Amino acid sequence: MSAVIDAPIGLQQRRGLLLGATGWIAVIAIVLVITVGIPVLNLVVPDGSAFHVSDYTVSLAGKILCYAICALAMDLIWGYTGILSLGHGLFFALGGYAMGMYLMRQIGRDGQYKADMPDFMVFLNWKQYPWHWTFSDSFVFQALMVVLVPGLLAFVFGWFAFRSRIKGVYFSIITQAMTFAAMLLFFRNETGFGGNNGFTDFKRVLGIPITTPQMRVTLFAITGCVLVGFYLMARAIVNSKYGRVLQAIRDAESRVMFTGYDPVAYKLSIWTLSAVMCAIAGALYVPQVGIINPSEMSPAASIEIAIWTAVGGRATLIGPIVGAFFVNGAKSWFTAAFPEFWLYFLGALFIAVTLFLPDGLIGLLRRKNNREGRA
Amino acid sequence: MTPDLMEEGARRMQAYAQRQAERTESGGRVASFRRIVKIGEPDFAHGVALYLEDITVSFDGFKALNALSLTVNVGELRCIIGPNGAGKTTMMDCITGKTRPDAGKAFFGSTIDLLRLTEPEIAQIGIGRKFQKPTVYEDLSVFENLELALADDRRARASLWSRLSGAQLDRIGEVLTLIHLRDHAQRTAGLLSHGQKQWLEIGMLLMQDPKLLLLDEPVAGMTDEETERTAELFLSLEGKHSLVVVEHDMKFVDMLTEGRKTVTVLHEGSVLAEGKLADVQANDKVVEVYLGR
Repeated sequence: MSAVIDAPIGLQQRRGLLLGATGWIAVIAIVLVITVGIPVLNLVVPDGSAFHVSDYTVSLAGKILCYAICALAMDLIWGYTGILSLGHGLFFALGGYAMGMYLMRQIGRDGQYKADMPDFMVFLNWKQYPWHWTFSDSFVFQALMVVLVPGLLAFVFGWFAFRSRIKGVYFSIITQAMTFAAMLLFFRNETGFGGNNGFTDFKRVLGIPITTPQMRVTLFAITGCVLVGFYLMARAIVNSKYGRVLQAIRDAESRVMFTGYDPVAYKLSIWTLSAVMCAIAGALYVPQVGIINPSEMSPAASIEIAIWTAVGGRATLIGPIVGAFFVNGAKSWFTAAFPEFWLYFLGALFIAVTLFLPDGLIGLLRRKNNREGRA
Repeated sequence: MTPDLMEEGARRMQAYAQRQAERTESGGRVASFRRIVKIGEPDFAHGVALYLEDITVSFDGFKALNALSLTVNVGELRCIIGPNGAGKTTMMDCITGKTRPDAGKAFFGSTIDLLRLTEPEIAQIGIGRKFQKPTVYEDLSVFENLELALADDRRARASLWSRLSGAQLDRIGEVLTLIHLRDHAQRTAGLLSHGQKQWLEIGMLLMQDPKLLLLDEPVAGMTDEETERTAELFLSLEGKHSLVVVEHDMKFVDMLTEGRKTVTVLHEGSVLAEGKLADVQANDKVVEVYLGR
């Protein structure tokens, strides 16, 4: 009888720890590189040195870190739960707009028109702020909105969709339609979000000038730390029983239901979490890039998030991060070298990954390791 | 405290323990005095585990079930046979909440109205179901498949912090042994053979510890040896659980019924015949349905 009791205990502990010792050392090393290494190489090491990290690299990397957060969020909902969202660009943009509203108020009288109100409102000849701008000069309030607005939208949308058992491609199409509808709405001047120009020309955040090298590096470091934090959170989720239920929903949802789990609660919670992660990425993206406009809600932007995830490797947490860096790195090189061929390359990449690398780049690496391990 | 009083106390304690034992025994039939019917818990005092009355389901005018009535007793092992399209799977869909019947009644025990509950609620109340096609979580290991099926708090928040207790690990170990997959515990379920997947799914049902098991063609794709072991397993469950087995394999049905238990024949959505397997097989109407007229 004792053999019966002993054997599975080892199985339990395999998933028990969040990270091993090497894992934690790697995490600490990455955090140090992000918070100390890159800033020093950018600010302290002189321009001519081989070790100097250029401003361009820092701002590009900061941007891609935001994308990587989106890809990680997509992985939780698509890779692990099997729900393909083509509407994550909306949550990203909503987070960005919530932050952008605050940044617009921080411009103060330094805009083109030297007026009290943001330029686009002066241009539209508005005399007072629309109702949804009431508290936009408060950083804390807008930071809350970054989380609450996309979170609430995702919750309400998800509640209806999952309760009605909308699945698969139907769900994807509805999310896509929702994003598109939101884009059309934000294009309109009356909605009070700057129409097709969106928000730009930011000057300060929390009273500190936003375009300085120090600020750029600070935002980069914050984004990197948020990504590492989200990665650890996602890892804890995936390694819990909750995470295994998500995978079970992906593999055989009817079995999950007939085992007594209500999939709606699981899907809704991970869907909302995923949307909030995207929104936070959007809020970090806007001050770094200096602009937010409705094109972030275009269908293509949402599809790209799915491509990063697929290229990197679904249902592996590190894969989507690798995918975001790989695809966006390739994009910035390609659009400089062969500007007209980027979209062809992206399409070819997606087809190639779907056909030959169902587990993405990470799957390729693992396969190679396994082969070497066996030889 | 006099000896009399102590004796009286001991006697009462014993009586109480006996009542408790009778009450909690799965499938216990003793309608004991002061057995309280708890709301939301099935009550088997009357010896009936599943009661279907005049269940009718039609899909676009086609009557998949036509006034089907069926009673399964507590602890009974009931085999259901019937030609293709007789409504066997639709019947299971109705019991488990997947399909809502147009008319009729479906009760679990004497108090639970199944037609008012959702699929997860029906599963939680103690009805387990095995699908015709083995359905396991292909990307999870055998161990994890069983872990998810373990009778436990099913809510999302609870599962986030859930850790297996020693007793739960023991239970998983027991079931792993019972379904002969102990050596495969770490393997990904998708890599198992067809027969092993069937066993794993049966194991997942056992982890749920349901009072009623619905098994749709449990031995399809199994070797003769595996079929025999499955029959042994089901016979060992009989009495503790109620089982409804839908099967085409007459040899397997014969093994399960041991020549004395009731077999139900379904045809065109209602019960055509009911009785011992030999009697049923000799029935003219049944022969006609199976061999064509």
